[in-house]
Amino acid sequence: MSASAFKQRAERLPEQLAVAEKSRPVEVVGKPLFVLPKGHGADLHAPALPPRISTRNLNFFYGANQALIDNNIDIAAQKVTAIIGPSGCGKSTHIRVYNRIYELYRDQRAEGEVLLDGENILSPSFDLIRLRRLVGMIFQKPTPFPMTVFDNVAYGLRLHYQLSKGELAQSVEQALRDAVIWDEVKDKLRQPGTALSGGQQQRLCIARAIAVKPEVLLLDEPTSAVDPVATQKIEELIEALKKKYTIVIVTHNMQQAARISDFTAFFYEGRIVEFGPTRQIFTNPTNKQTEQYITGRFG
Amino acid sequence: MRALRPRPAAPRKIADLAVKIASSLASLIGIFFLSWILWEVIRKGVAAINWSFFSQLPAPPGTPGGGVANAIVGTLAMTVIGTAIGVPVGMFSGVYLAEFGQHNRFGSLVRFGVNVIMGIPSIIVGLFVYTIMVKPVGHFSGYAGALSLAIIMLPVVARTTEDMLLLVPDSLRESALALGAPRWKVTGNIVFRAARTGMITGMLLAVARISGETAPLLFTALNSPYWPNSLGQPTANLTVTIFNYAMSPFADWQQIAWGASLLIMVAVLMLNISARLATKGKTR
Repeated sequence: MSASAFKQRAERLPEQLAVAEKSRPVEVVGKPLFVLPKGHGADLHAPALPPRISTRNLNFFYGANQALIDNNIDIAAQKVTAIIGPSGCGKSTHIRVYNRIYELYRDQRAEGEVLLDGENILSPSFDLIRLRRLVGMIFQKPTPFPMTVFDNVAYGLRLHYQLSKGELAQSVEQALRDAVIWDEVKDKLRQPGTALSGGQQQRLCIARAIAVKPEVLLLDEPTSAVDPVATQKIEELIEALKKKYTIVIVTHNMQQAARISDFTAFFYEGRIVEFGPTRQIFTNPTNKQTEQYITGRFG
Repeated sequence: MRALRPRPAAPRKIADLAVKIASSLASLIGIFFLSWILWEVIRKGVAAINWSFFSQLPAPPGTPGGGVANAIVGTLAMTVIGTAIGVPVGMFSGVYLAEFGQHNRFGSLVRFGVNVIMGIPSIIVGLFVYTIMVKPVGHFSGYAGALSLAIIMLPVVARTTEDMLLLVPDSLRESALALGAPRWKVTGNIVFRAARTGMITGMLLAVARISGETAPLLFTALNSPYWPNSLGQPTANLTVTIFNYAMSPFADWQQIAWGASLLIMVAVLMLNISARLATKGKTR
């Protein structure tokens, strides 16, 4: 949003609030910024594990354009960290550094350090194939490979492990069960992955990613292309997966971030403006921009 | 603010109708000539089609019987060899263009080169191969014919491959890479699979294209009244046979030229139909 449009909207706000107060004064006055589920964040007081991923002065460039500026963040192990912020603020760019997927494109480069369990993954000596086994990624649109449901899940397994036929079948089944899609596809294993519904395709992609036993799962707006019912299933799945995996989710949907994450980072114009426990970010942000963003006043 | 004056609907409707009529007429003209060609070739060619047409060597004018069996074999052999060279080279060039050379200078150079070869008239390709493969050895040969067909085929296959691979969204490449697949595997078993039907279609159409080429064979394989015992000699082929027989003053030879035209047309039609069958029901 342009600066003037933002100003216009901000100026209109008092009038709108006044109208709203007239109609429903009690609900509006003193309404909390955000309603979080009961008990949210309670487990944050458990003994903390060391961070799984830490970025140190991470800068990122698209050609001459700098997209990330001095990003420093610690991603807690076995927790869900949500990254929120307006379009173009660098959310996706940030997590695309974690598995170096940006290297597919010639003019993109990252500077600084990204430590995975203490090892700098940006160092050329870090084996890319190993990195991508350890850090799985789910994309905005489901991307089933043009092959059967079974082969979709088996693809990564065959790449990284030497398995007998029986072991392979077992691992595929386990991954599909972990992604809570087994019951829906167990009779369709020989059908093309593209024949599933959009929501099922996305969970198939999650099964495919967790089949290779990663430590970290990166989710880049995983529910923006699926319907609300499928979204709910995926959110429940994320909740279950965090017991085993460290999860970083980029989302445009603030309710979603509030519902499923333990920590939230607010990005704006390539900088991490605020980062902390989700409860704090959504109920008592310390930064003015964060507050404006989560109350929907810009972005 | 002044009330907005609505635009009248009539000019819009007339323009719409005019475009519809013009485009339908243009399509009709295309269909008309296609049907006319088909009709003439079938009408004049069918009479030539009989068993000896497929099984016998050419006979001198005025002699009953005689066929183009040697030319059928020669055309098949040269098309197969041309395809065996043109398809792999073209396909790998296309892979390079789409997967590795999208943004670098060598890629742009290759792309430019491919476009130039595509634009070269086929008779010039024939002359070129004549100077490098016929002139030095002193005689025409089927291999030279096959090579010129391969050169004509190469850019077509390269461009189709590039276009088809570029249709595969980057998100599919990214998800395979994100699983830890090396780049060549992503290309070989994910991107190829996604682009398979389009690539098969492109190759079949390229085969159809070269099976009807005459000019490049005229200077390379020439033609021959004998069986192609070896492709190291002048090699009989359908298109040059059509050219020679159609230009001859003998009615029975002209008849056979029509028959050979019908044969090529049916073969090309069948390649087109198989291309359609290959894509049918699995556009993805």
